[in-house]
Amino acid sequence: MRPVGVERLLHAFEEANKKGRKTLIVYVCAGDPDLKATAELVPFLAEAGADIIEIGVPFSDPIADGPTIQAASQRALAAGTSMAAVLNLVGELRSRLRDLPLVLMTYYNPVLRFGLRSMAATLKEKGGDGLIVPDLPAEEAGPLRSALDEHGLALVPLVAPTTPDSRLKVVVDGGRGFVYCVSLTGVTGAREELPPYLEAYLKRVRAATNLPLAVGFGISRPEQAARLAPLADGIVAGSAVVDAFHRGGLVAATGLVRALRAALDG
Amino acid sequence: MTLPDERGHFGPFGGRFVPETLMPALNELEAAYRATRQDPAFRRELEYYLRNFAGRPTPLYYAANLTAYLGGAKIYLKREDLNHTGSHKLNNALGQALLARRMGKKRIIAETGAGQHGVATATVAALLGLECEIYMGAEDTRRQALNVFRMELLGSRVIPVAAGSATLKDAINEALRDWVTNIETTHYLLGSVTGPHPYPVIVRDFQSVIGKEAREQILAAEGRLPDAIVACVGGGSNAMGIFHPFLEDEGVALWGAEAAGLGLDTGKHAASLTAGSPGVLHGAYCYILQDADGQITPAHSVSAGLDYPGVGPEHCYLKETGRASYAAITDGEALEAFQLLSRCEGILPALESAHAVALAVKLAPQMPEGAILLINLSGRGDKDVQEVAAILKEKGEAGGR
Repeated sequence: MRPVGVERLLHAFEEANKKGRKTLIVYVCAGDPDLKATAELVPFLAEAGADIIEIGVPFSDPIADGPTIQAASQRALAAGTSMAAVLNLVGELRSRLRDLPLVLMTYYNPVLRFGLRSMAATLKEKGGDGLIVPDLPAEEAGPLRSALDEHGLALVPLVAPTTPDSRLKVVVDGGRGFVYCVSLTGVTGAREELPPYLEAYLKRVRAATNLPLAVGFGISRPEQAARLAPLADGIVAGSAVVDAFHRGGLVAATGLVRALRAALDG
Repeated sequence: MTLPDERGHFGPFGGRFVPETLMPALNELEAAYRATRQDPAFRRELEYYLRNFAGRPTPLYYAANLTAYLGGAKIYLKREDLNHTGSHKLNNALGQALLARRMGKKRIIAETGAGQHGVATATVAALLGLECEIYMGAEDTRRQALNVFRMELLGSRVIPVAAGSATLKDAINEALRDWVTNIETTHYLLGSVTGPHPYPVIVRDFQSVIGKEAREQILAAEGRLPDAIVACVGGGSNAMGIFHPFLEDEGVALWGAEAAGLGLDTGKHAASLTAGSPGVLHGAYCYILQDADGQITPAHSVSAGLDYPGVGPEHCYLKETGRASYAAITDGEALEAFQLLSRCEGILPALESAHAVALAVKLAPQMPEGAILLINLSGRGDKDVQEVAAILKEKGEAGGR
């Protein structure tokens, strides 16, 4: 039987590990410029080397996002993108890509509004594997985690460079699938340079959990991916891919993912 | 039981819904606040500035003309408009800036809608020698151009926010993004009883000086507590400040006036409590304006300070428990009250405070003679004169009715 949910995520990291490669997680903003385009884009990203796809569900007030994803979210909302339609997109993608882990990334209010239990049940039914909710810290995550646990789906925890050791344990203990390590103090978006403390920070997280570590925020260039590869189990590319797709369509987006893949595989 | 609980919940409302990066900073802020609120030296320092810099205590003024005009309850005005910088916002700005200095933060940021909180923050930044940047919706910088210049004169930088609806909610988004980025050096001086724990507590406590004074003053003037208190509610800081010291006095009715904008049925309003539903915005679970898909819908009010699609979690709790009542006042009603108080009493209220006056205009005549109604006049209207002139001119009412 194929692994699903939390197991599918863990399996993806294990498989990559066996092959001696790092996991590449790619974020797309669902509905930018419309859902048909997203449905077309995702299989190409997988083919170009993405191991896991994060499907961003647009929110009107994305406080953890920089200008690139803010603008993409606005375009997606203007196109009428709804939570229900994104869940249908997950179903459509699942029918075409049977093994590709698909994780939704969105803010807490749209999830609350959909209903925590309906969210978990529908995500499971459509073949999604988990959720990343950047404005839902461990202290408030209990209800959503229980709902997802019932269906074997992951609530992926986020840790930040500011998270002290005393708190790391609390944050990762409730986590499933992998740990999303925010690389810097700031919002999403490409950066010229990544912070110098990354190595020490990721070692601290490593010591707190056996879950795979994926590092994201600010990673836009192949050389950054190459530098980070030894420090974690995977990297996340978001704004850079969103920007490439917006400006240069499928060719630019898949080109960037291929370059990131090549850099990771060294 | 004193609220909130240790995680910042008022019943189901409140809490902390923010990126992990901010969680340690909120914990640090909470610990620093707990330590300083007990510290007599901090109390003395704050009281010194409240008295000598802000000009407190503010008077409680018997509005004899308005009382005679409306008939019914005796109306008293708590004159927060006489605070330095023209509104109650300075009470909280002073408290938080002194706290930030104790925490070793050299830079403060703030959001502002009408500019009242921005001006108060820029003022304390100048006073205490802190670097200060203020986020303001681009639409609001237009509506409140004078306040923008005021903040710049005070040495702050005003950053217009063009994203989203270009109003207060978007300014808060941008301030939160700044704070996530500059967490080590910066204190976010939030201006209302909104946002993640511990802000609703900190702002409430610093604003409670309004209610504490009003309580003593009404007892001195009338020998008893008022029958009703009315305050406007955007995020809800002036209302929480005057309500809080009266929460246990069940004989005192508490009324919040929200902004009904062009009317609740038009969808163009800012009445989160009256016409919204619970959800998460800016770090707290509270009543918000949202669509069926959980997207935040833009608020509308003639008053930039009330133009916000959320409300403080403690107000949500007071609504649920029935301890306070909330009613919505339209732009038109607020504009009438603005003119009424100006003519009747020689006091120009802020458009925000005019919503409270408008609700009092409805309530006072229904109350028996000898009853006491207290209005929190949260700010003065000088900042709104140009906007009001433009609106009245458009309606062909300039200069009289």
